[in-house]
Amino acid sequence: MQDNIFQILQKKKDQILEVWIKTQINSPDLRDELISNEDLRSSCEELINNLMSSLNEENINNPHSPDFDGVNEILAGISFSQAKKGFNPRETAFFIIGLKEALIHVLQEEVSDPQILFSESLKLTRLMDNFSIITFETFIRGREEVILRQTDEISEISTPVIRIWDGILALPIIGTLDSSRTQIVMENLLQEIVETGSSIAILDISGVPAVDSLVAQHLMKTVSATRLMGAECIISGIRPEIAQTIVHLGIDLSNIVTKATLASALKFAFRSMRLEVKAVVAKENKNS
Amino acid sequence: MQVEKDQDVVPFRNRVKEFAVKIKMGLVNQTKLITAASELVRNMLKYANGGEIEIEIISRGRDNGVKLTFKDKGPGILDIKLAMQDGYSTGKSLGLGLPGAKRLVSEFDIKSILGQGTTITVIKWANG
Ligand SMILES: Nc1ncnc2c1ncn2[C@@H]1O[C@H](COP(=O)(O)OP(=O)(O)OP(=O)(O)O)[C@@H](O)[C@H]1O
Ligand SMILES: [Mg+2]
Repeated sequence: MQDNIFQILQKKKDQILEVWIKTQINSPDLRDELISNEDLRSSCEELINNLMSSLNEENINNPHSPDFDGVNEILAGISFSQAKKGFNPRETAFFIIGLKEALIHVLQEEVSDPQILFSESLKLTRLMDNFSIITFETFIRGREEVILRQTDEISEISTPVIRIWDGILALPIIGTLDSSRTQIVMENLLQEIVETGSSIAILDISGVPAVDSLVAQHLMKTVSATRLMGAECIISGIRPEIAQTIVHLGIDLSNIVTKATLASALKFAFRSMRLEVKAVVAKENKNS
Repeated sequence: MQVEKDQDVVPFRNRVKEFAVKIKMGLVNQTKLITAASELVRNMLKYANGGEIEIEIISRGRDNGVKLTFKDKGPGILDIKLAMQDGYSTGKSLGLGLPGAKRLVSEFDIKSILGQGTTITVIKWANG
């Protein structure tokens, strides 16, 4: 009796590997700079070895079988690292689809009965398609992790404290002021007040899209914390539509110094520090 | 759309803005609507662990408006009249969310059944 497909595949493991690697190396989609040929070969080899040793008559119809945990882990590892290295989805898809093609290709050479060939190919295809899906899910998770990391970085860098004058700090706030953001803003601000001995901080909210009661509360908390440190806090950048909304909402900002623009806040700060900005009038030269 | 965590607030507000821009709502009314929406969605998250919001464009004669329906399956509100008062809060907050939202929109309707949930409907007309 003829070997079953598992025996065939096991025996032809090396050939499958060669066909698989060749299709990938020859593919215009694979960018060499992202993965060296040796890396490619070792990933492929590891995957095939694991797949061949776990595949059997029963689990071929059940891609969720725990037998494939090892395979899934390798696939997840590959697609995860590919996502982070900047592979595009096409390249990652090509990797796993290439294996499917190599398996079917070898099967076709070895199985002569067309009916068996068809039914076995179908089973293999289903299984491999499922692995593709897993690869994709992990690929996306890899990307999401990149996004999360960037989100963290953005909230770090988007709350700078600027020393615009000796004793005057400015904090442009861009985006939504949620609780965690407020925490960062407040910490940075208070820290900077101590370090610079500043007496005035200007919180500019021109870049905040909406001021609801939560944002307002966060602003008020920041102002009170600044005052506790012995400094004064001015809120600037209140756009006309924001002013009207705050009034209707019923938020009372009357005991906070607010200004329409950063420039007027700065002017106010200069005045309270008894500084004066003057235009230089050129003195006429007496000899001319 | 479904809202269940704080991170859903910004995408939701952006959706509301898209609808408001579509019917050419002015900047002041847009900001009022978005702020009211923001208050109501935050309440939904804080007191009812999230819920479902429907965003629609409606028209009345020549005027178009955005209608938002906030539905949650939270604890409900015991005394609506009290909750609608400025400064009333069970959450140690300003207590301005509900009354403030009402002042910011054109029409405001609140229904709440204790133990079953709260449904709030607001409408903001483009020129209202
Ligand atoms: N969806 C809801 N489900 C259950 N209770 C609610 C809901 N929305 C509001 N409430 C109740 O109504 C009270 C008043 O709400 P409101 O938004 O006016 O104030 P707040 O949320 O406490 O404070 P603020 O919105 O000013 O930060 C809340 O404290 C809460 O007890
Ligand atoms: Mg509220």
